[in-house]
Amino acid sequence: MSKDNEILEEFTSKEYEHGWSVDYEADEAPIGLTEDTIRWISSKKEEPKWLLDWRLKAFRHWETMDEPTWPNVKYPKIDYQALRYYSAPKQKSKPSNIDEVDPELLKIYDRLGISLNEQKRLQGIAVDAVLDSVSVGTTFKDTLSKLGVVFCSFSEAVKEHPDLVKKYLGSVVPSTDNYFAALNSAVFSDGSFCYIPKGVRCPMELSTYFRINAANTGQFERTLIIAEDKSYVSYLEGCTAPQRDENQLHAAVVEIYAAENAEVKYSTVQNWFPGDKNGKGGIYNFVTKRGICAGNHSKISWTQVETGSAVTWKYPSCILKGDHSIGEFYSVAVTNNYQQADTGTKMIHIGKNTRSRIVSKGISAGKSQNSYRGQVQVMKRATDARNFSQCDSLLMGDRCGAHTFPYIDIHNSSAKVEHEATTSKIGEDQIFYCNQRGISSEDAVALIVNGYAKEVLNQLPMEFAVEAQKLLALTLEGSVG
Amino acid sequence: MTVSTKKDHKLAEIFLTGTAAMQDLPLYSNLKKSAKEVLEESGMPTLKNEEYKYTAISKRISDQLTHFGTPSSIDNLQKKIQGQQELFRLEEGYTLVCNNGIVDAHLSKIDPQLFQLQALTELSEEKAAQIGGIEKNEFDPFTALNSLCFRDGIRIDIPDGKIIEKPLLLVNFVRPDENGACIHPRVFIQVGKNAQLTLIEQTIYLGEDPVLVNSVSEWKVGQNAHVRSYKLQDGHKKNLEVSNTRSEVQQDASFTSIVLSLEGGMIRNNLSLDLNASNCEGNMYGLYLLNGKTHVDNHTNVDHKKPHSESNELYKGILADQSRGVFNGKIFVRQDAQKTNAFQQNNNILLSEDATVNTKPQLEIWADDVKCSHGCTTGQLDEEALFYLRARGIGKDAAKALLLHAFAGEVLDQLKEEGFKEYCEKVVHARLGGHY
Repeated sequence: MSKDNEILEEFTSKEYEHGWSVDYEADEAPIGLTEDTIRWISSKKEEPKWLLDWRLKAFRHWETMDEPTWPNVKYPKIDYQALRYYSAPKQKSKPSNIDEVDPELLKIYDRLGISLNEQKRLQGIAVDAVLDSVSVGTTFKDTLSKLGVVFCSFSEAVKEHPDLVKKYLGSVVPSTDNYFAALNSAVFSDGSFCYIPKGVRCPMELSTYFRINAANTGQFERTLIIAEDKSYVSYLEGCTAPQRDENQLHAAVVEIYAAENAEVKYSTVQNWFPGDKNGKGGIYNFVTKRGICAGNHSKISWTQVETGSAVTWKYPSCILKGDHSIGEFYSVAVTNNYQQADTGTKMIHIGKNTRSRIVSKGISAGKSQNSYRGQVQVMKRATDARNFSQCDSLLMGDRCGAHTFPYIDIHNSSAKVEHEATTSKIGEDQIFYCNQRGISSEDAVALIVNGYAKEVLNQLPMEFAVEAQKLLALTLEGSVG
Repeated sequence: MTVSTKKDHKLAEIFLTGTAAMQDLPLYSNLKKSAKEVLEESGMPTLKNEEYKYTAISKRISDQLTHFGTPSSIDNLQKKIQGQQELFRLEEGYTLVCNNGIVDAHLSKIDPQLFQLQALTELSEEKAAQIGGIEKNEFDPFTALNSLCFRDGIRIDIPDGKIIEKPLLLVNFVRPDENGACIHPRVFIQVGKNAQLTLIEQTIYLGEDPVLVNSVSEWKVGQNAHVRSYKLQDGHKKNLEVSNTRSEVQQDASFTSIVLSLEGGMIRNNLSLDLNASNCEGNMYGLYLLNGKTHVDNHTNVDHKKPHSESNELYKGILADQSRGVFNGKIFVRQDAQKTNAFQQNNNILLSEDATVNTKPQLEIWADDVKCSHGCTTGQLDEEALFYLRARGIGKDAAKALLLHAFAGEVLDQLKEEGFKEYCEKVVHARLGGHY
């Protein structure tokens, strides 16, 4: 019995390995949200007037909006005036390259297993590290700039490439799009900016790593990816947060613009703090992600592995505007304990011969609720549009729930749209089969879950796939009795 | 789910003031009072209401109708029935004829040994109290509207153990007169233990004046009872129809519903099965063949509350011209309902550029040991199948008709009542051969 307890203890302590926090001197905005807060953030970042006006416009619109209640999630009402909207680690001077970044901050990322030191890296992945509200450093800048690729923090882009930012900011997700997008537009602090010029195939994967460290702070970052004609980029995003008792808000916006023949692959492994075993704490992850295949023959692919955050509300979407454009969405969403996830995608077919593919795998354990909510819309002029959706749910335990809300709107007779969904649990016979062969129940579950999620994990870049597999196993640890 | 509550109070107001002058039924004063409260609070649904997102029925009612009262009964109904050539007549079985929603005893043919048939206004207080207990006013504004406006209705009781082998045909003849154009038929059917019943429902529209038929049917299906309910909706381009059907199913019992929608202006069917005990079976089938600007919206809801139940659902649609088909199927599996099997399928064929399909097959599952699946497809006729037939010397139109018949056949095969099946096949085939 005592040994059992020991093992259990080990599981609970192992629950969330990135739960630590580091104290550092920070530059913080006063708590609360008014126009003055926005002016404060804007002046802090030395922004041009047009951007401040853009923020204020979003803020005024946000004030007129109501928080959405339609997602299938429950959480106490957020007091937006009790939050801090800006927190930045104090740096003595602006670092011109990664070597000048405060070693204390670099240590945080080392501890997360992300080395910002270029020499130490085995593979070429350029990383933009965002801590709380600001970007602390971007690697491989020089190599990329030789090709004309711009990969930097959002604030840097505002200063150095204002034309590009002005042209594309809000073009995919307007500042008035929805409640959280409007909030983000008003107070966004930093994020990544990525521009791939015509005909360039980005030689390395670009990656952003988000970390919330400060308490009571919302993180509002904004990512903008622009792929010009015939370009290609693979972009990764990872995120963690310390283990805290109170809930923290993360409301990000990601915009992707793909021109003719361009291809953008966006992968994310989301590992925010999910709250403890009793559902206390955790991140509220209310994110708007949208890409537009503006040019013909363009392609946008979303891959997400969702293991973290207490409440997830996220629908990465594709607007297939160009003819022959392709949208893809691969997702594994795992919820355990008291986590709630309402996630899915939107595929809007506008151009001719557009195709989209949705593979969503939900796994719920403990007392969690996992919902897939998706929309496939074929507009009138989208002849020969093709969509295939598959959303499967796996239930572990009799206290969890799996829900599916697919909306399918077809306005064109040449469209072919298929939707499939199944819900089931891991068969006792499957576990028994593994047990017979000397595989413990815990390992058997990990094996079956990995096989179940394989179709999605295969879409991830290699290093990410390994991390995702580990995360899957970790999240579900102890969920089989 | 939270539903947005943007309301259409104007229309509700018309009904509320219109009925204030109507004579009160003392038996149902509580039901009508609560209906009034629901309507005052919720109003009639608009497109902002999640459940009516694609179906602007309230707007159509306001636009098309000029009178909102209930019409008086049709004169000389018997003569008019004889004039109808195409009418489905049962060779064997029982017929209940309703005249603008009110049962006409002279024209009906019923065996009082088998059925206890009563008008709602003649019920004992105890029995009257059950009306509105299954399909509650707060479930849907149209249910509340029916409760508010019905003047009479039918209650049928099938005693325990009675197996009624021949079907019961319920025909409602509708004809709006100059005084009004809204009819609110109300039916309550209780099927006793071990009893069986097959019901065929049809509405016949006399004349082509705009009219709203807003019906509510409540079913109480006892232990080990088996019910098959068929509904044929074949009106005209100006009729609006809303039907709310809810069935409470007890242990070992089964309820099968088949709805065929062919012609109409705008049709909205809400069908809910509450599988309240274990080992129940619920089947829901539907076929909609639409042309012109016909709009058909099927909302179904199966609630599995106890273990070992099964539900099957298959809705198929063929849409031509500017027609629109809406399907929303919900399957709920509650925490106690382990070992549930629930299957749901919706297939659509679009035959024209301007036809629209909105479908939402929805699963909400709180139990882990279940097998649930849903699927939906929307597309065209299979080019290869068409080519195969044409290569064998079958003309293009004939080949298309053949494939469409096969597509529709899957639902028609579920009709177990031979006479009615033949009639439906004839109607469907005329439809498929003629228009497409």
